Amino acid sequence: MKSSPTQKSSRRKTSNGNSPQKVSDELSSWNLRLYVAGQTPRSVTAFKNLNDICEEYLKGQYDIEVIDLMENPTLARGDQILAVPTLVRKLPQPIRKIIGDLSNTERVLVGLDIQPR
Amino acid sequence: MARQNRRNAKPLKGLRKEPTGISGFDEITSGGLPSGRPTLICGSAGAGKTLFAMEFLVRGATLFNEPGVFMSFEESDEELATNVASLGFDLDQLVADKKLRLDYVFIERSEIEETGEYDLEALFLRLGHAIDSIGARRVVLDTLEALFSALPNEAIVRAELRRLFRWLKERGVTAVITGERGDGKLTRYGLEEYVADCVILLDHRVQNQISTRRMRIVKYRGTSHGTNEYPFLIDEKGFSVLPITSLGLTHKAPTEFVSTGIPRLDTMLSGRGFYRGSSILVSGTAGTGKSTLAAHFIEAACTRGERALFFAFEESQEQIIRNMRSIGIDLEKHVRKGLLKFQNARPSSWGLEVHLALIHKTIDTFNPAVVVVDPITNFLAIGDRMETKSMLTRLIDFLKMKQITGMFTSLTSSSSAMEDSEVDVSSLMDAWLLVKTIESNGERNRGLYILKARGIAHSNQVREFLLTRNGIELIDAYIGAEGVLMGSARSSQIAREQAADVERQHATARKERELQRKQELYEAKLQALRNQYETERNAILRELDEEQNRLRLAADQRLEIARLRRADTKATKVEENGARRAQKGAGR
Repeated sequence: MKSSPTQKSSRRKTSNGNSPQKVSDELSSWNLRLYVAGQTPRSVTAFKNLNDICEEYLKGQYDIEVIDLMENPTLARGDQILAVPTLVRKLPQPIRKIIGDLSNTERVLVGLDIQPR
Repeated sequence: MARQNRRNAKPLKGLRKEPTGISGFDEITSGGLPSGRPTLICGSAGAGKTLFAMEFLVRGATLFNEPGVFMSFEESDEELATNVASLGFDLDQLVADKKLRLDYVFIERSEIEETGEYDLEALFLRLGHAIDSIGARRVVLDTLEALFSALPNEAIVRAELRRLFRWLKERGVTAVITGERGDGKLTRYGLEEYVADCVILLDHRVQNQISTRRMRIVKYRGTSHGTNEYPFLIDEKGFSVLPITSLGLTHKAPTEFVSTGIPRLDTMLSGRGFYRGSSILVSGTAGTGKSTLAAHFIEAACTRGERALFFAFEESQEQIIRNMRSIGIDLEKHVRKGLLKFQNARPSSWGLEVHLALIHKTIDTFNPAVVVVDPITNFLAIGDRMETKSMLTRLIDFLKMKQITGMFTSLTSSSSAMEDSEVDVSSLMDAWLLVKTIESNGERNRGLYILKARGIAHSNQVREFLLTRNGIELIDAYIGAEGVLMGSARSSQIAREQAADVERQHATARKERELQRKQELYEAKLQALRNQYETERNAILRELDEEQNRLRLAADQRLEIARLRRADTKATKVEENGARRAQKGAGR
């Protein structure tokens, strides 16, 4: 497996910090967290799909954190994760969750509110 | 302790069972829930599913030292802790002791978008982590159906559920899964198809505006179990299931007697009273003194130092004590001593089953020797005859099993036949007293009969029954040529009889005096006759004497003459014969 989603190296940071500001603040507003359980093909697919979407639509304004619940099962409680993979949009608020391998780009965009429904 | 033993005694080959610690439940399932397998608890909203599940964990942690995980999909940890605190469960302490772990899974459908494939591995990881963190042996999932409403893809949910149950079995935890009841099905989403081992249905039924909770074991693979609907209670001590329908006719029959508290009534019953452990029906129309009979019975028991329980469905404790004091029965002192306990409730407060359950509980905790239920007919207000009879049968069986003597009063409506015991329980009873008002000459009087007393030679006579300042007094009713008389008719009849008696006595005395006089007269006459006789006899004797003297003189003269004339001795003989005759006459 080339790019391991469990490694924190996959994290990408935007220039600014994650100060909770309005969506209009384009530079800092996208804080995304991807929960997976082990390095399954589905996890890998989800991570790749997420990366592609972010690069295309949110270039330079997003921050992805990947959490492997196999290693940290306690973290599932905080964001109320049941299904994997789950993508959580921490910022901008409100919190939104997208479950599945993110293969349907259009629905991901709707889910993240990047595209109007 | 008993539960622990039962658990150890289970053979290894059969299905192992996990005792729940819920009172009564382990009895009807003969051991508890299937160990290491999931059990489905289903029921409509408010049936007590969550509580059952929580008690399963709490009892497991406290009684059997088996830690448990409660995964809730409906209520937060705080809500759960608050809800069960009223039952005396201190969840926070159990959590701190690592005996219990609460995990609240919250899913908000509106937050969730679905794209592509996924599974519920995160849920498994969460649960697995919770189980491992405290070494849990028991798991509750309350209510898994929330997943169906939270996740749009039902196919995935179903596949994952199947995997979850398999996973739970592999982990060897005893799991309780709750499910909401659906239309015509046990659960709305058909959870029962995943849980094949044990399904328990909780029901909360309202009948005549009175609710009763019931439990039924729909299935329990690989074991025998009671199949009835068992009523259960939720009170301040948690769940209690009542395995009362499983009683049989195997009770012992004591030969000891208990007094009725009324000496004359004891006399009517071979002089000893009722058998201990028997059940006694006291029936009668309104105001005939049924409760008073019961109060006497209780008073006698308490005076012997036995414990007595009074289930009153018509009057309050204060009212009973006051009323009984007016006829000289002081129940209050027994209450103060702790020998007597009242349980007062309107029949309509609960359903029949709940009443029965409460009676059971009270009897179990108070452990009385004597129980009074006053009156049983009031149960007809909340159940039909058949239900009431069935409930009373179970109550009587229960009392007999515990060898408690029970007295049940039954109100007969004045229009129905006297021998009609209203709830058809007379055949269940060992003894039956009938109190009846007899109306005649513009007054009502009470009469008491013993209609039956199994195994006791009893009087067949009616007794008049008086309520006096010193309690009940039984008086022989007047039975004579004029029929059975009671009350003032009896008194006036007795007065008439007394007058007649006096009259007869006078007549006798008169006759005796007459006889006396006759006797005296006779004796006087007899005396007079004797006197006359004596007089005449003396006169005759005197005459005879004189005659004798004359004869002797004549003989003497003849002898003298003969001597003078030198005659021979023949003349002496004549003289001797004459003397002998004279002697005879004097002897008479």
